[in-house]
Amino acid sequence: MVGVVIVSHSPKIAEGISDLALQMAKDYKGLRTAAGLEDGTIGTDSVRIMNAIQDADEGDGVVVLADLGSGVISADMAIDMLEGSVKAKIADAPIVEGAVVAVVEASIGSDFDRVIAETEKTRDFRKVS
Amino acid sequence: MSSRIHECIVRIGETIKDNKDFLTDLDREIGDADHGVNMARGFTAVEDKLPADETDIGAMLKKTGMTLLSTVGGASGPLYGTAYMEAGKIAAGKTEITAADFGAMLEAAIAGIQKRGKAVKGEKTMLDALIPAHDAFMEKANAGADLVTALDAACAAANEGVEFTKTIRATKGRASYLGERSIGHQDPGATSATLTLETIRDFLKE
Repeated sequence: MVGVVIVSHSPKIAEGISDLALQMAKDYKGLRTAAGLEDGTIGTDSVRIMNAIQDADEGDGVVVLADLGSGVISADMAIDMLEGSVKAKIADAPIVEGAVVAVVEASIGSDFDRVIAETEKTRDFRKVS
Repeated sequence: MSSRIHECIVRIGETIKDNKDFLTDLDREIGDADHGVNMARGFTAVEDKLPADETDIGAMLKKTGMTLLSTVGGASGPLYGTAYMEAGKIAAGKTEITAADFGAMLEAAIAGIQKRGKAVKGEKTMLDALIPAHDAFMEKANAGADLVTALDAACAAANEGVEFTKTIRATKGRASYLGERSIGHQDPGATSATLTLETIRDFLKE
C-alpha cells in the first residue's frame, strides 16, 4: 500500500489534516506526519521528514504533501537524502485537499502513480464557481 | 597537521548569534520573523557537535551542513546545509585553502543553493549577495590575488548585493507572499550570507 506523509511547519496543522483525511479512510495505516521541529517549535526538519517517509513506506512508495516555502524545500531535501531507497515524491497539490484524496486513493490500494495523479488533480478543484 | 577550520566555524556561529536579533528583525519586516533565531539555534548545535580536533576542512564543513540541516528549521536549514555540504565536497581532505579552492567552494555552494531553492539572481534571496560575491572573488583570484584580497572584493560585492535586495520585490520564499510590500527591505538571507563571508575574511586576516 502507498504511504502518505504530511509535512507542515505546524504540528497542529499536520494533526488536523490527518484527522480530517482519516475520517474518509478510518482503517488506513500508511499516514505519517512530519511537522515542526523536535522541540515542537514551528518549522520543518529534513531529517524528521526523511524518517517519516521511511516509516510510511511499505515498499510501494510514499506521496508527500507539503505546506509553504521551506516545507517544500525540506521535503525535497529529505527525498534526496533517501538516495532512491524509497520511491517518494512531493505531490504538487494543496495540502488539505491533496491529503484527503491521497489517503483515500492509497487506502483503496491504488498504485503510486495513480495516487500522485489523483492527488494532483486537486490543484484544479474549484471552491466557488 | 592542524587547520583553523574549527575556530573559523565557531567564529561564524558567534557572528550569527551576535546578529540574531538584527536578522530576526529584518525577517519580521518581510517574512516570518525567525531567521536570526533559526540560524542561531543551528550554530549553537554546530558548536556542540563539531569535533574540535578535526582538521579536514571538507569533513568539518560536511558536519556543519548536516547539523544546520536538521536544526535550523526554516528554508535556511536545507539551503545553508546544502551550501556547506557542497563546499565541503570541494574541500575534502584539505587542511589549507587557496584562493582557487575557495572560489570553487563558493561556486559549488551557490550551485547547491540554486538547485535546492530553485531560485535565480534577482529574486531577493541570499543569491543576490553570493553570486556577485563569487563574480568579484573570481575576477581578483584570476588576476593572481591572494585569498584575503579576493575575499575583500567578494565582501564589497556582497554588501552591494544586500543593498540591491532593498530595491526589488521578492519572488521566492515567505516574502513573496507580500508582493510589492517586500520592496524597501533588505533580504535577511542575503544579509546572513554577507555576514558569513565577512567573518571568514576577518578571521583569515588575523
